[in-house]
Amino acid sequence: MRNLIAFPLLGLAVILQSSIVSQVRLLNGYADLPLVLLAAWALQERVDSAWHWGAVACIFLGFISNLPLPVMILGYFGVLFVARILQRRVWQAPLLAMFSVVFLGTLFFHLLSFIILRFLGTIFSFGDVAGLVTLPSLLLNMLLSIPIYPFMRDVSHWVYPVEEFA
Amino acid sequence: MNSRSLQTTIIFLVVGGILVLAFSGVLGSASRGFTATLINIQTWIAGRFAGFQDFVTAPRDIVTLRQRNAELEAQVSQLQAQLIELQQRVNETEILAALVDFSRSNPESTYKAASVIGRDPSPFLHYIIINRGSNDDIRRGMPVVTNQGLVGRIDAVIADAARVQLVTDPASSVNVYLQNTDTSAVLYGSVTGDISLDLISQNVTVEAGDLILTSGLGGGYPADLIIGQVVTVRALEFELFQQATVQPAVDFSRLEIVLVITNFRPVDIAPLEPATTPIP
Repeated sequence: MRNLIAFPLLGLAVILQSSIVSQVRLLNGYADLPLVLLAAWALQERVDSAWHWGAVACIFLGFISNLPLPVMILGYFGVLFVARILQRRVWQAPLLAMFSVVFLGTLFFHLLSFIILRFLGTIFSFGDVAGLVTLPSLLLNMLLSIPIYPFMRDVSHWVYPVEEFA
Repeated sequence: MNSRSLQTTIIFLVVGGILVLAFSGVLGSASRGFTATLINIQTWIAGRFAGFQDFVTAPRDIVTLRQRNAELEAQVSQLQAQLIELQQRVNETEILAALVDFSRSNPESTYKAASVIGRDPSPFLHYIIINRGSNDDIRRGMPVVTNQGLVGRIDAVIADAARVQLVTDPASSVNVYLQNTDTSAVLYGSVTGDISLDLISQNVTVEAGDLILTSGLGGGYPADLIIGQVVTVRALEFELFQQATVQPAVDFSRLEIVLVITNFRPVDIAPLEPATTPIP
């Protein structure tokens, strides 16, 4: 039942993303708070609801963003997939796993956005996108993941108490 | 009267008599030395007492001062918060006054003011979200402006909010004309937020500073809305058209309040466009 915190938490994350995070720019890129939040959540050991959280994030973002829904679904679920794989393999170094997921996830998400938007007819220069959007976003996402990871670890301890898990 | 009380009485009378003589000035220099000594002693005692009094009462004063200081600091914080709020209101009022001036100078259109409450979460797209929706008669395709010029157009609407595609969006294209040369062109956005002109005829001379306005062609935007000025021109002989970079009139990074032109209905000219396959 405590998993229902996904709705207010991700709702707040999307609102913050739209109103504040998107204003804090580095060149033309900015951090992706829902992506970092989902990555941190999926990397927690006890969490078994990462996919549900991904779906909730897609629902909220679908209302606000004009990004095609397939990009969001494939992008966020791809990030969750990578996180779940790494969580099993790099569990002894959680922050390293977090950085790896955010790094790979951001690249994957931006590449997917680039390809699908190009396919839909939007004209992009790959150099501009890579240098002015993706790399700055990557850096900001990595920085954002430092405070988000411990926060989501605390949330996971609250959602999955030790007694209940045992 | 016994001898003891008589002795006491005599001593008192002698001392009293000396004092009377001393205060009446009969004793002269001896009297002055005596009174000076008394005054010095009293001064010393008074000084020590004052120091002791300060020592005793000082802690109470510090507590009072600290309380007063805390009250004043709280008051300063409150006043600073009020100052910030008032500055925000002044800024908002200035923006609204400029927008009112703009709407008065363009009476042919009807406007609805809206606040910008968010931006698209994706850095690939340039959209803003405003706090007016279908409940306020906002419809898809309506142009959005500020007193400085064209901002974009409504892309999607829900009950109490709408999403606006900015002219800087990479998927945006606007038919424009250059006022000085009276020639038409197309304005494109980009992922970096820069806007540029394309499809400018090679037969015209475009110069930096030329004003760019919407042409109204295509029915997507009303005519004569200011967009910006030409900054640089790229004209190559082997290309069909000239291109130019544009300095937008609107500062898209500081959009706070915008106006939606509510009496403009975009025209869908898709059915009139030539078919790709010939009709038999």
